Amino acid sequence: MIDVAGLCVDYGAGDVLTDVDLMVADGDLLGIVGPSGSGKSTLLKALLGSVEARSGTVTRRPGLTVGLVPQVEQIDWSFPVTVAECVGMARARGWRTPWITRSERTEIDSVLERLGLRGLAGRHIRDLSGGQQQRVFLARALFTNAEVIFLDEPTSGLDVRTRHEVLHLLDELNRQGLTIVLTTHDLNGIAAHLPRIVCLNTRVIGVGSPEDVLVPEVLEQTYGSPMHILEHGGMRVVVDSPLHLVEGEGA
Amino acid sequence: MTPALLGIDLLKPFEFEFFRNGVFVATLAGALCGIVGCYVVLRNMSYIGHGLSHAIFGGYAVAGLLGINLFLGAGAWGVLTALTIGAIVRRRPIGSDAAIGVVTTAAFAFGLALIQIYGSPGRNADALLFGNVLGVTWADVWLIVAVSIGALVFIFIGYRQLLFTTFDTEVARATGVKTGLVDGLLMVLLSATVLATMNVMGVTLIAANLVVPAVVARMLTDSFARMLMYAGVIGAVSGFVGMNASYHLDVASGPTIVLTAAAFFILAFIAGGSFRRRASGVGHAH
Repeated sequence: MIDVAGLCVDYGAGDVLTDVDLMVADGDLLGIVGPSGSGKSTLLKALLGSVEARSGTVTRRPGLTVGLVPQVEQIDWSFPVTVAECVGMARARGWRTPWITRSERTEIDSVLERLGLRGLAGRHIRDLSGGQQQRVFLARALFTNAEVIFLDEPTSGLDVRTRHEVLHLLDELNRQGLTIVLTTHDLNGIAAHLPRIVCLNTRVIGVGSPEDVLVPEVLEQTYGSPMHILEHGGMRVVVDSPLHLVEGEGA
Repeated sequence: MTPALLGIDLLKPFEFEFFRNGVFVATLAGALCGIVGCYVVLRNMSYIGHGLSHAIFGGYAVAGLLGINLFLGAGAWGVLTALTIGAIVRRRPIGSDAAIGVVTTAAFAFGLALIQIYGSPGRNADALLFGNVLGVTWADVWLIVAVSIGALVFIFIGYRQLLFTTFDTEVARATGVKTGLVDGLLMVLLSATVLATMNVMGVTLIAANLVVPAVVARMLTDSFARMLMYAGVIGAVSGFVGMNASYHLDVASGPTIVLTAAAFFILAFIAGGSFRRRASGVGHAH
């Protein structure tokens, strides 16, 4: 679907991405993790084709349709747009009527129902809960008939329950055949539950299942700090060790 | 017998062709500015309307000096100014407000200096600065009609691209919308709008005509489509009422139109919340 080979990106002040190789296949549910400034969002933009590479290539299957769910912090919540308008604007390419047609209205209702947003089409996007807001933007991406959807920090700022809702929804959509690529800071709440993870710190440190990459060696290289894995109730839990850092500095 | 209010003959000014033209232009200009102003306000570019109107005033002076068509010269100057601002913002680490401030005030100052040295290029400078119903010609009428038709066609065809680009530029670009083209065409439309309305509104007050109806409409609705509609109506009513007030109070048309729109703002500020809730039929969830 998307093949990244030897990708290097800089914004004029050092490499943001260095020699990145990555393949996104049909049906993937892929998480990109890494510390702040590691190039997660840049890699997402590169996969979307909206970043200029210094070298290397990003090859997308011809005619691939993509959707993007932005970070909630980037949304202008005071913008006058209802849920239906927000979803409807996604079909903007080519000739479209200004108004949402009857068939589009049926599709929008269907998408909203699928995402548990039935009856909210006339609401302003600000007047929704955090989880509903996230799902509106997911609905907008789905309304483009995207084959692959990119989500930038989809659970940022959400409470635990809402985070679980979003994660389950993404899993359900993926099981229905949608390819999903997301970035996340949340190693335990999100990344550990994904089938495939990319650990990124300017370059790709590791790619694989959580069992393969959520290991101390890879995490230390990714985050530049010692991290430990605990087994708790059959789950792997990543913990950092601030005490170790303090002791290390004092030594 | 004609309608009268407090002894004022309300239909009296309509006996004059210049007034009929003025009312028509002001009403249409109000609707046009109201609709275009929605995009300006929602892009946090309110200051660019103010700046462009000043820059276009400079274009008038330059066009007069060069002996070329005033409308075309001023329009080209306005578009050039808008594109220059965009180019500076893309190439240098300064904000758009700062770039607008530098480029448009320089263009305005250049025009003022030229008028001081060479005289007005065919129109009274005061009329251009503050608006004058007496200055409305048939050329103004046809210009505003043409720009209004152009704006409606552009917004009709590009409604969703404009909305998507205005709301969420990065996602719009990522999903295939030509956001650069949309932005450029909007700048051209904005320049044409300012150019077509400056003779009625005056350079110094056009920004208010672009901003106030849109802000009032925003306070009345949470829907973008309704905001466009409300802003067009509020702008048109402000133009119509303001022009009549201008005649009866013997005050320049620009200030009376803006003051009428400001009255709408006060009303919306007081009653906007309850109006919006009734219009949308929902309360706030949190």
